[in-house]
Amino acid sequence: MSSKELDLKHVHDTEFPLPAEMQGNVAVTSLSRIYNWSRRSSMWPMLFGLACCAIEMIGTAASRFDLSRFGMEVMRATPRQSDLMIVSGTVTKKMIVPIVRLYNQMPEPKYILAMGACASGGGPFKEGYNVVSGIDKYLPVDVYVPGCPPTPQALLYGLIALQKKIDGQSLANLDDVPWYGVGPSEPAPIPILGPDIIDPRQMDLIRRQAELAARGEPTYVRELPPVVKKVKAVPSKVTKAAAAAPAEIAEDPRREEILKRRLAALARKRARDAAKAN
Amino acid sequence: MVDHAAEPVETLKTGTPEDAAAYLLEKFPGAVSADTRPGFQGVIVDPAKLVEVAQTIKDELGYDFLSSATAVDYLGYGDHLEMVYHAYRISGGTALNFKAQTDRENAKLPSLVGVWRGADFQEREAYDLYGIHFDGHPNLKRILLWEGFDGHPMRKDWKEAYYEDELKPFDSRWPDGGGVHRSEEKNVFGKNVRYPADFDLAKLTDISEESLYKMAGVDVEMHAMDDGVRTDTLVVNMGPHHPSTHGVFRMIISLNGESINTLEPVMGYLHRNHEKIGERNTYLMNMPYTDRLDYLSSMGNNLGYAIAVEQLMALGPRYSPPTYRAEVIRVLMAELTRIVNHLWSIGFLLNDLGAFFTPMLYANNEREKILDFFEAASGSRMMCNYMRFGGVFKDIPERIKSMATMVNDRVRDYDTMQFLSQMINERLPRFIDEYDRYLTENEILRERCIGVGVLPAEDAINLSAVGPLLRGSGVAYDVRRAEPYSIYPELDFDIVVGKNGDIFDRYAVRMQEMRESLRILRQILPRLEQTKGEPIVSGTQAYSPRVPPGESYGRVENPKGELGYYVVSYGDDKGTQNPWRYHVRAPSFINLTALGPMTRGMKIADVVTILGSIDIVLGETDR
Amino acid sequence: MYGMGILKGLGITIKHFFATYTDEIRYGLRKYTKAVDNFQIRQGPETKGIFTSMYPDEKIAVPERFRFVPFLVVNDDDHPDAPGADWCTACGICAKVCPPQCIWIVRASDPNTGRPVPRPDEFYIDIDICMNCGFCMEFCPFDAIKMDHDYELASYDRTTVHIHDHERLIKPFSYWKSIAPTTATEEAEARGGWEHIDVIKERKKREAAAARAAAAAQPAAAPAPQASTAAETPAAADVAAPVAEAVADAPAPVVDEAEEERKKAERLAKREAALARKKAKQEGGDN
Ligand code: SF4
Ligand code: SF4
Ligand code: SF4
Repeated sequence: MSSKELDLKHVHDTEFPLPAEMQGNVAVTSLSRIYNWSRRSSMWPMLFGLACCAIEMIGTAASRFDLSRFGMEVMRATPRQSDLMIVSGTVTKKMIVPIVRLYNQMPEPKYILAMGACASGGGPFKEGYNVVSGIDKYLPVDVYVPGCPPTPQALLYGLIALQKKIDGQSLANLDDVPWYGVGPSEPAPIPILGPDIIDPRQMDLIRRQAELAARGEPTYVRELPPVVKKVKAVPSKVTKAAAAAPAEIAEDPRREEILKRRLAALARKRARDAAKAN
Repeated sequence: MVDHAAEPVETLKTGTPEDAAAYLLEKFPGAVSADTRPGFQGVIVDPAKLVEVAQTIKDELGYDFLSSATAVDYLGYGDHLEMVYHAYRISGGTALNFKAQTDRENAKLPSLVGVWRGADFQEREAYDLYGIHFDGHPNLKRILLWEGFDGHPMRKDWKEAYYEDELKPFDSRWPDGGGVHRSEEKNVFGKNVRYPADFDLAKLTDISEESLYKMAGVDVEMHAMDDGVRTDTLVVNMGPHHPSTHGVFRMIISLNGESINTLEPVMGYLHRNHEKIGERNTYLMNMPYTDRLDYLSSMGNNLGYAIAVEQLMALGPRYSPPTYRAEVIRVLMAELTRIVNHLWSIGFLLNDLGAFFTPMLYANNEREKILDFFEAASGSRMMCNYMRFGGVFKDIPERIKSMATMVNDRVRDYDTMQFLSQMINERLPRFIDEYDRYLTENEILRERCIGVGVLPAEDAINLSAVGPLLRGSGVAYDVRRAEPYSIYPELDFDIVVGKNGDIFDRYAVRMQEMRESLRILRQILPRLEQTKGEPIVSGTQAYSPRVPPGESYGRVENPKGELGYYVVSYGDDKGTQNPWRYHVRAPSFINLTALGPMTRGMKIADVVTILGSIDIVLGETDR
Repeated sequence: MYGMGILKGLGITIKHFFATYTDEIRYGLRKYTKAVDNFQIRQGPETKGIFTSMYPDEKIAVPERFRFVPFLVVNDDDHPDAPGADWCTACGICAKVCPPQCIWIVRASDPNTGRPVPRPDEFYIDIDICMNCGFCMEFCPFDAIKMDHDYELASYDRTTVHIHDHERLIKPFSYWKSIAPTTATEEAEARGGWEHIDVIKERKKREAAAARAAAAAQPAAAPAPQASTAAETPAAADVAAPVAEAVADAPAPVVDEAEEERKKAERLAKREAALARKKAKQEGGDN
């Protein structure tokens, strides 16, 4: 069946004559539900572990927590048969290339679950030179499961959250099911291993930076976003009235002071670095 | 190679490292000098004579086992790179530590692969991370990073993209940590990347893959087999995403028909810069990071690191050794960890053999119960972070008990000692016997394991193999006996050895080692009862302890083999809060040196089992 | 005979298969008599069959020392003096000891003088960096940061919810007591009471000063009735020992102090009772 024939968008096309009682998309919603139900109940994860979190993932699949209760025990070793990629562990620059390739080989609909601090945002190894600080820098993530490592129960909670997300999707909304849109879906660009990892989407920015550096001009440094000071709800009932007024007055001078101090610290650090470089 | 004609004197082979150093000083005047920095041991060897001296150390002095070879960058303190070697005798005893220094620019040293083949990967690592060229190395390529990477990241002047400050703790966190300026926001690209200033995108070529295949010698050739059949060389790439590589390990295999010509291990897919981060951390901060090395046996990793730093602390005036109860608890945890690890490694080996998941599931039942105890004692199932310098985090709890805080929470409540004795005296022995019956006589297992992946004893020693891999080859070498630590001397257990050095022997060694662990644990239980209520940590715990200057190499017998930590405290006479050098001698990493030789001539289908029998874990291999 | 090993192995598999049912039968009756908690046996070292826990319907409660991401302790809402007050004094030790450096603290300062005050103005923990090591809890001198037991944190978007700010981090002290009663009691004993350590110190100082003043005024006051008052209230048992010590230090305490102690103990008992009621209600609601 080609994607055109299955294009359910037409059901909602205003030009498409719909009976009045069908306006509420009754048929479509229930179809969605069946479709979602079957999808969520047979999520096949890819058999693919990266680091320590993978051990907890295997623990989840094993006897005590038993993923098969969710229809997920069929771990496929090939991306072509899997629906869900559990990124379980630290994503390194060397590994992101195969990961993106694997992702591209998965058939739609496909989901990514970032398991653990590392996969979500770099985790404890974030500062490392070979670590990608979060898989979402390269691939779209559906559910994040924090923890280091998330316990099997935390992972199960994340998987249930993913099922809930699928439940909430509607066949009628192409944003939810983009894979039924016209044309093939875009593959994610595969990063290149150069002097450092290169994201093809950032080529322009990298080129501009390199030109600036070649001309000896200072490469531009990103402006840090200003410190947004929230006016906190004063928790205590008693002190609320007393504390509210000074907090507002204190707003401006404090912020300036912090900025000043940070600038000073930055200057000090630059001087230190320069001294070290010499 | 040795032009010294004298017959090796037998007493030399049993003397202390000091005797050995004295002998070297005498034999190579001018080329060997003693290391006189405070807290440092061993000798410094002139690079020109390094190979010769190493040969002497191995042949005449009997240090036949090279445990660790690693580089240190002394930027600002003489500006040289130093290669540090720790050699041991397989019969036991302390290390002979020798070093060679070279300039930072144009760093060059002779390779010792000719003397100890176990230096192979370690020298490649030093080349990759420090940029030292090893003359005479057969295959000097990057090992953890990819070919084409800019710079040598472990050098002290190499700054990563998310670089914040030289040492932790960073100033920006307190008292003025306003907003959260995460590393992403400080980086122009928003990602953890950094490019050389004159970098030209137009000329970019990704040479990483190409050079990998070149390394494996991929040119198409025709071979004539013995019976005259002509075959092509076939190159097979396995991994990094392959279900049987236990993670993200990769092998490039060139085949002649179905048998293996060469096998080139490719690693670094989980290289998460443990050592670079470790040198920025304070000593204590490294403790939870060690959990993530061999993440199946975090307690053992903790113990090794604690021992290494305690050795350093012992150089200072205010040091009190761990209390007896702390040692008892440490051994309890280490041996339980060994059981956990061996259960898993056998389960995985069976997975690799095709018995998918059932043996694994049975093993997992037992593992989960031990993890319950770890969780109750340390707070986490896997990342225990339990040992401290001078003791352990907290005493084992009275009861393994949980509180219902969430909806549907089900509570368990056991008496800890009862739980332990039930596990150690009844459940685990019963299970191991059953597991033994279940697997050992299985014909398929025997057919596929006996006589496959043989590693002869001499090769195993020469390749610096450790752990069950070495013992499977019949070498009775176990750090717990060779250089005892903690309270192992007073415990009664045997070193398990194999005979043939094949997969089956390694499997059998693991099986039997679990029983030996149980034997140790049965001796630990009464000690636990006796020491109840005694302090579990000596002295007070500082959050940033000051460690006197010096070097130390602390090693323990981890489930996977000898795990060593080389820690250097340097740069301040009063002591430092951050290690100058923090190196992990990972058993999984160095055991892989033996993978190539072991698989040569084997069938392609055996590769996964041979790899499974080494029992690697990638967190430790790549660090 | 060739193949015997395989058959033997298969026999063991079958045994495992049946063990599940024999376990059911063995513990089944006890399960219904409620004498022994079936779950406890099934998860313990005695079980022989499968021991799957049906996660969302049957969660394995985590042990007391379990550590997931940290939270900050504040006073309970029904605290008589300073409800909701931070225990954290912004001393910065947790930020310094944190291995991946994922804690950001802004120390509050007096708006008029600009001098720092012991209270955090902002407190952030990036849970995408936190390695759940527990060092912050271990080294906080004020018992103000604790490791949470709530692991159900999965979310659809990390940018908005994975940096826990002060508001997200704070949890009342009673929560800490409910998830880790043993540890909380140990800590309270070390501090000398259930209060924040500064409050206790303050009180001790006041007591000592008052005692000195009293001693100067009426040196003949008898310490006996005071001690008995403290001993009478069972809820104060934990607090009694250190207080008694403080009393022993002081030459002649005044009865007022004891009165205060007693009142406090009463408050404590009341709060405990309220908590127990709340918990009972919750449990009732769940069933
Ligand atoms: S989040 Fe923690 S446990 Fe998971 S991979 Fe990262 S370091 Fe390992
Ligand atoms: S160590 Fe405790 S008191 Fe100090 S800043 Fe951290 S949480 Fe607050
Ligand atoms: S648990 Fe460890 S990593 Fe997390 S905030 Fe506390 S000290 Fe930092």
